Amino acid sequence: MPKHQIDPNKWINAYSDYLFNYTITRVNDREIAKDLVQDTFFAGLKSMKNFKGEASERTWLISILKRKIIDHYRKINSNKGKAEVRMSYSNNESEGDWLEERVADPFDKTAEDDIENTELGLAIHDCLSKLPEKQAKVFKLKTILGYETEAICNELDITASNLWVIIHRARVAMASCMEKTWF
Amino acid sequence: MKKSILFISCEEAHHICDKSQYGEASIWEKFKLNLRLSWCRISRAYTKKNRALTKAVNNSDVDCLKDNERNDLKTKFDSQLHNQN
Repeated sequence: MPKHQIDPNKWINAYSDYLFNYTITRVNDREIAKDLVQDTFFAGLKSMKNFKGEASERTWLISILKRKIIDHYRKINSNKGKAEVRMSYSNNESEGDWLEERVADPFDKTAEDDIENTELGLAIHDCLSKLPEKQAKVFKLKTILGYETEAICNELDITASNLWVIIHRARVAMASCMEKTWF
Repeated sequence: MKKSILFISCEEAHHICDKSQYGEASIWEKFKLNLRLSWCRISRAYTKKNRALTKAVNNSDVDCLKDNERNDLKTKFDSQLHNQN
């Protein structure tokens, strides 16, 4: 019997945020990220029969998403190639400075920082997926999307004190989870 | 029991600490929290963990779908799932 079962009915609630976060850190465009996540779910549906159950559903969906991201870059690169405009850097004003201007800024974020921040984002989503649904939702709205307290209370029809209780429980659970996996 | 103006309980300290992570604690509340932190080890440990969590979230590239975006995705996905079945 396979280790993991496939159940597309729970994909959106369980994996959409994780996949979206994974994608947006790689494409830096919200609309493109949404499209790629949607394409991944659709492709997953089409190839459900190929799911062997050896890896988790999420790992399997991520492997599809990775291919979608690569395809996206292939596509934009081939478009770029067609419309390439070659520009010559040298002109009289900047002559002699080209190498210096191209040196990486040592105070800028490094590639390692970027990778670490991306992995940290995924670790946060891992911990979020372990929270009860309501706590995860309130934590996302308040902490990640930065909604005002009043807006969340109106949306979820809860009182402010109720919201803070939920936030407190979510933060305790998140801090404990992050302590085990990240800090 | 009469509630003190200056001294707060551990639960209240945690609540103020949570609010201050979102910039929603008043100066007076922060003062009371700091007073509590000066002698309460439990509150200090909680505040330390809470700040570390805030720092982690702020430093990360964490993002997620907005409710309307997720609902939109769910509608399209459900329709695709329905067509496939």
